[in-house]
Amino acid sequence: MAEKLQFDLVSPERLLFSGEVDMVVVPGAEGDMGIMAGHAPVMSTLRPGIVNVDAAGKPQERIFVRGGFAEVTPKGLTVLAEYSVPLAELDAAALDREISNAQEDVGDARTDAKRQAAQEKLDHLKQLRQVL
Amino acid sequence: MASLKDLRNRIASVKATQKITKAMQMVAAAKLRRAQEAAEAARPYAERMDRVLANLSTGMAGRPDAPALLAGTGKDNVHLVVVATADRGLCGGFNSSIARLARTHIRKLIGEGKTVKIVTVGRKGRDALRRDYGDKIVKSYEFTGIRQIGFQQAEDISRAVLELFEAGEFDVATLFYSKFVNVVSQIPTAQQLIPASLPEGAEGGVDLGGAVYEYEPDETEILKDLLPRNLSVQIFRALLENVAGEFGAKMSAMDSATRNAGDMIKKLNITYNRSRQAMITKELIEIISGAEAL
Repeated sequence: MAEKLQFDLVSPERLLFSGEVDMVVVPGAEGDMGIMAGHAPVMSTLRPGIVNVDAAGKPQERIFVRGGFAEVTPKGLTVLAEYSVPLAELDAAALDREISNAQEDVGDARTDAKRQAAQEKLDHLKQLRQVL
Repeated sequence: MASLKDLRNRIASVKATQKITKAMQMVAAAKLRRAQEAAEAARPYAERMDRVLANLSTGMAGRPDAPALLAGTGKDNVHLVVVATADRGLCGGFNSSIARLARTHIRKLIGEGKTVKIVTVGRKGRDALRRDYGDKIVKSYEFTGIRQIGFQQAEDISRAVLELFEAGEFDVATLFYSKFVNVVSQIPTAQQLIPASLPEGAEGGVDLGGAVYEYEPDETEILKDLLPRNLSVQIFRALLENVAGEFGAKMSAMDSATRNAGDMIKKLNITYNRSRQAMITKELIEIISGAEAL
């Protein structure tokens, strides 16, 4: 484990993680991939799920990502995620409350556009809840 | 000549205006900093997106199964013009210069016999185009209530554009926005969204050291996923640049307004003092000549 992998996690709004790590497990569209230094160049889309970041001497970091793709080059791994949030910031109880709120919103929505927006939010929250 | 009281009122009102423009300038300066930070924070994502897209599409170019978002529909009869401006005025020529560029473009397209459809983002753009091309506006967006434009807003717009595209409503889409160069200079820019224009200089992309990318799922699938996302990113970037540009323009417009008000106050003060002096002199003359007559 001498070699380190350069790992960047970026969302459209900011750079979330950048640093050298030992291994990253990425939820690829066709299955999870463990990526370490010296991995062959790969490009893959992501399914909603957890990115596990392992670095020696540090606790494992778990980050939820949704929508995006991962790119491995000889220089390192870049994950472009449309939405991402560290799991540590999530709280199951709070999430459950939000899900029930969102469900009510879907029921209350008068227009199609509003219902669609509420439904999307609900799906998104459910995805989050699933991985917790 | 205006009476002394009129002049005094006038000076007071210009002073009040100056206070307002000064405050607006300071607010714009604070917001500009935040907008610039947001634009900078979004840059890494957009850069990597460009690079990946360049990598993928060089391989795809010229292939018959290239997605329509990249290769176009093969026609250019119907054009979609997306005009992104600010929601508020009082920022110099910012909004009107974007609208002017868009209008020139639209006029040219109509002259060539093409059909034009317009999507406006921002209230000022809609107001400017409604008069001439009101019947061509298919959708309008406003962000008046939103403090900070996020990716969500860009996604909404790009989803709407994609829906129109998939329904075969247009062949070519162009985005008009203002490129933020620095505080005093914003350049109105036209950017082709569909078919996707490749970023210049990104050709070739990263050196893989002779290795070839492994695609998972295959290239076409990834590209299908990537191109809509790229559209959102392009729109997002344009929105952020616009916000930064708006506040930059507002800052310099308000700065010169404050300075103008200062000049005006100075001039009015001189007039006021002169007419006051003239009045005193006149009264003195009246008293003296009255005394002499006795």
